[in-house]
Amino acid sequence: MADSPVPRRRLSDSEGFLAWVLLLPSVIYIVALVAIPFFLAIAFSLSDVTTGDPSFDWAGFANFEAVLADSVFWRSLWNTFLFTAISMALIVVLGKILANVLVADFRGKWLVRFFVLLPWTTPVALGAISWLWLLDSIYSPIDWALRQLGLLGTPNAWLGAETNLFWLGEPGLAMGSVIAVHVWRLTPLAAVIMMAGLVAIPRDIEEAARVDGAGYWRRMFEVTVPLVLPVAAVAALFGAILTFTDMAVVAVLTRGGPTHATEVLASWAFTKGIGGGDIGQGAAIALFLFPLLLAAAIAILRSVRRLEVL
Amino acid sequence: MADIAVRERSLGITEATRRSYHRRYVLGRVGLYVLAVLFAFISAGPFVWSLITAFKLNADLYNVENNPFLFNEPLTASHLVFLFRDTPFLAFTWNTLWVGALVVLITLVLGLPAAYSLARLDRPWAGWFGVMIFMVYLVPPTLLFLSLSRMVVAFGLQDSTWSLVLVYPTITIPVSIWLLMGFLRAIPKDIEEQAMVDGYSRLGAFVRAALPLAFPGIVAVVVFAFTLTASEFIYALAFVSPSEEKVVSTGVPTELIRGDVYFWQSLQAASVVVALPIAFVFNLFLDRFIAGFTMGAVKG
Repeated sequence: MADSPVPRRRLSDSEGFLAWVLLLPSVIYIVALVAIPFFLAIAFSLSDVTTGDPSFDWAGFANFEAVLADSVFWRSLWNTFLFTAISMALIVVLGKILANVLVADFRGKWLVRFFVLLPWTTPVALGAISWLWLLDSIYSPIDWALRQLGLLGTPNAWLGAETNLFWLGEPGLAMGSVIAVHVWRLTPLAAVIMMAGLVAIPRDIEEAARVDGAGYWRRMFEVTVPLVLPVAAVAALFGAILTFTDMAVVAVLTRGGPTHATEVLASWAFTKGIGGGDIGQGAAIALFLFPLLLAAAIAILRSVRRLEVL
Repeated sequence: MADIAVRERSLGITEATRRSYHRRYVLGRVGLYVLAVLFAFISAGPFVWSLITAFKLNADLYNVENNPFLFNEPLTASHLVFLFRDTPFLAFTWNTLWVGALVVLITLVLGLPAAYSLARLDRPWAGWFGVMIFMVYLVPPTLLFLSLSRMVVAFGLQDSTWSLVLVYPTITIPVSIWLLMGFLRAIPKDIEEQAMVDGYSRLGAFVRAALPLAFPGIVAVVVFAFTLTASEFIYALAFVSPSEEKVVSTGVPTELIRGDVYFWQSLQAASVVVALPIAFVFNLFLDRFIAGFTMGAVKG
């Protein structure tokens, strides 16, 4: 070391050493509070741990058997898929339209951006509270407007003779309401991700295609769509994961009701694990989310790769 | 201008095509404004409804005959006063603020060095490591809250707001590292090299030369991390049950609804009071987030 050509060689100059030292605290934090709880969740799902009796006893697949035998579980599994699929499709289409609006220049853009961001930046539970009142069973202003239009509340009205639609009380309407709230709150996020993608796409590519004489449809399918697709995929998967794993909307709006019509895996795991105190069963239910999340994560990874290739 | 005229002539653009372009342009503008107003209306609609509700008298609110969009009786601020004086709303707000501040601090202390390591120290594994860290953001609280709740009990933090300070950085660190990587990559390498020529160590160049330049990006990450923390619901609901220890996102929906009694005006006031400032600050930094997300994805 003494005859090294570099006069001072301290640890704080070694890039290889620094790279690890700077990274390590974050890695330790994440391993301790994400990786360990994850494996703990798997262990719990194979045990009989409850909040009353936290001692760990091996229970094999008893929790999974109990969960699979419960019709509410199947209902919530189906709902989780249904809500995610429908919301994802709507979020991507609306997010793309919104992104196109927000990258354009127009008067009052700042205000429009502010309004549009509201659903996403507001804590989910509070946004859901606004919706809870908007969809109230008696005082919903939507019902009031429909009554004024004569569509509701008169004997021959198109939407029925009752004075209210009971948005959160009818299974079909309640499911629609939950989906609507998800779409409402996640469309801005999808739009922001797509804006980032639109900004990243080099402008000249489309111009070059135009100069080379490519028509509108040709540009659309051979230039714009392939360029936008990876970004749209990222936005779609973000929307999907956030819908897939969310329980706040259901917890505030319907509490899973009416009679489990809007129950999702997340809310059912919470009801069983925290509400009912059966941690083993709750963990087993939550674990059903994992294979699908893994698939979604791999899909995002591939989309990001394609973005980087650009 | 002359350049454009020459090009137009060479492309054979006539008065007729120009007029049809103009018509298409006007239609496009009208469509743009209609869409912008529509999106703004649907997004803000529920909050406008909350705002109207917050100032209504009970007699006005609970009368099915009244037009719900108008004030049929005089306005009242009594429900707003009730919210601030007779409910723990201020305690919730205070908890959200200090939890958010501490979580942001932990996030920066851990995330900044990690982001710098991945963005600048040229390790061959930096690329996939960065993606792995980002993937952690996609492991949802839904999957972890049950085992974390047992761990929180083991640490003796159950029913304490401190449990959230401990757990929330797992949400904010991964996404912040990703954003910070983007901002750090945007800083020219020469500046650090110059700092090292001037006698700073490799570490010193990061702290003294790169960090100050990354400041705008860091502010954006602070806002983003705080917003994530304020929105979190599942952990807050699972770990903390005494009302004085709750944060806004769980306190408002659980404490302002007592059984079947909904304090509607106060609830809606709380929703608006929280929503407006966050969206306002976020809007100031939106362009920076977009820049950060894009730069994080571009290889440095």
